[in-house]
Amino acid sequence: MFEIVRTIVIRDLTLAMRRRSDVMTTLFFFVIVVSLFPLGIGPELDTLRMIAPGVFWVAALLASMLALEKLFAADFEDGTLEQMLLAPQPVFVLVMAKVFAHWLITGVPLVLLSPLLGLQYDLAVETLGVLLLSLLLGTPTLSLIGAIGAALTLGLRGGGVLVSLLVLPLYIPVLIFGSGAVEANVSGLGETGHLLMLGAILLLALVAAPVATSAALRISAE
Amino acid sequence: MSSRIINWFKFSSPASFYPLAGKLVPIFMAAAVILIAVGLYLSFFVAPTDYKQGEGYRIIFVHVPAAWMSMFIYLVMAFWAAMGLVFNTRLSAMMAESLAPTGAMFTFLALWTGAFWGKPMWGAWWVWDARLTSELILFFLYIGYIALKGAIDDTRRGDRAGAILLLVGVVNIPIIYFSVKWWNTLHQGASIDMKTGSSMASIMLVTMLIMALGFWMYTIAVSLSRVRSIILERERDSQWVRQLPEVQG
Repeated sequence: MFEIVRTIVIRDLTLAMRRRSDVMTTLFFFVIVVSLFPLGIGPELDTLRMIAPGVFWVAALLASMLALEKLFAADFEDGTLEQMLLAPQPVFVLVMAKVFAHWLITGVPLVLLSPLLGLQYDLAVETLGVLLLSLLLGTPTLSLIGAIGAALTLGLRGGGVLVSLLVLPLYIPVLIFGSGAVEANVSGLGETGHLLMLGAILLLALVAAPVATSAALRISAE
Repeated sequence: MSSRIINWFKFSSPASFYPLAGKLVPIFMAAAVILIAVGLYLSFFVAPTDYKQGEGYRIIFVHVPAAWMSMFIYLVMAFWAAMGLVFNTRLSAMMAESLAPTGAMFTFLALWTGAFWGKPMWGAWWVWDARLTSELILFFLYIGYIALKGAIDDTRRGDRAGAILLLVGVVNIPIIYFSVKWWNTLHQGASIDMKTGSSMASIMLVTMLIMALGFWMYTIAVSLSRVRSIILERERDSQWVRQLPEVQG
């Protein structure tokens, strides 16, 4: 069973490495959105420090949503997905492996780059750490929830726009606690509570989201 | 064949439900018209003027029942979605689909009347408080469901994909509600509390309940008549639909 997880993760990572531009697009989308806000709002550092948590988290939400389209689409088109659904291993495990690989490709680079972008917003070093940690806990949840939307809209016309309509409302708790953690650190309140809530949401999503995703995949690939 | 005395699934077949719904629609519609007329009369002419909020508070009699309905309809849709997935009955998905526009309408009505209430009371059309925000998110969930149904041409896939989305949504609603609540709370506390009883004059409570009941009857009437259209559209190739007098004529 863990053999197949490893196989899928390595396969997806290899595919992503062969087509690096896809990975880069998501990452640079995040960079550009974050860099646009100071241009729109003005370069006062006090204002920037105040809006930074929200800007980073909304940009992360949008970037993760943009990347969803690629989660199952290629496998669906060339028939790989059908073979995966026919495999003797539970679909639950396959979905977990796909989502994990997807998070490694689109989530982790964004998390690692965020402290560097945080410097543009004049965040303190300690706050940068909290931002990194909150994104590290939150982005896997985004991938897990997003996978449900990606599976439901597989192969539909206008799927990309539809995914945003389905998935963004469900992202809201992650957004609230993620930016809340950074905000609490900036304003001197403890960030622990927010981070614990993010962790709790991640655990819940780990259990529940792959079940819904597998059911949705079976329906879409029927 | 069946040893059961009552056949629970008799009306889960579109062919037997269609005439039943046709008979029920006028009854529920009449009840809705009467209840809402009585409720509006009570709310405009009988209920006393609020000593703090003046005449403007009267919008509560539309606002609160609409907000109740908006939440309740989503739960009912999720119930039908679960029934559809478990028993694989076609009618369940049709019921869920027929309720969606009414649910979205009530959510919008609650937001709209809330804005009219907020302007004189709080001095703002919109404040980012927990209940307003979660009502807005509920509206997005309704729109997402309707959009997903609209994008899928295959009815079987559409029914089951919609059902999964509804169930995911219903699991998320409490999480969204509490996260938004902790995020910010400014709204006045709930006026009706199950444990301590109501803090309102009893005539106001009665009026509100009558309005809620009227909205309820309206919802049933409208969704039944909508489900009849959905049945006709989906079963248009079947024999019993072709023999209906309204189809032949």
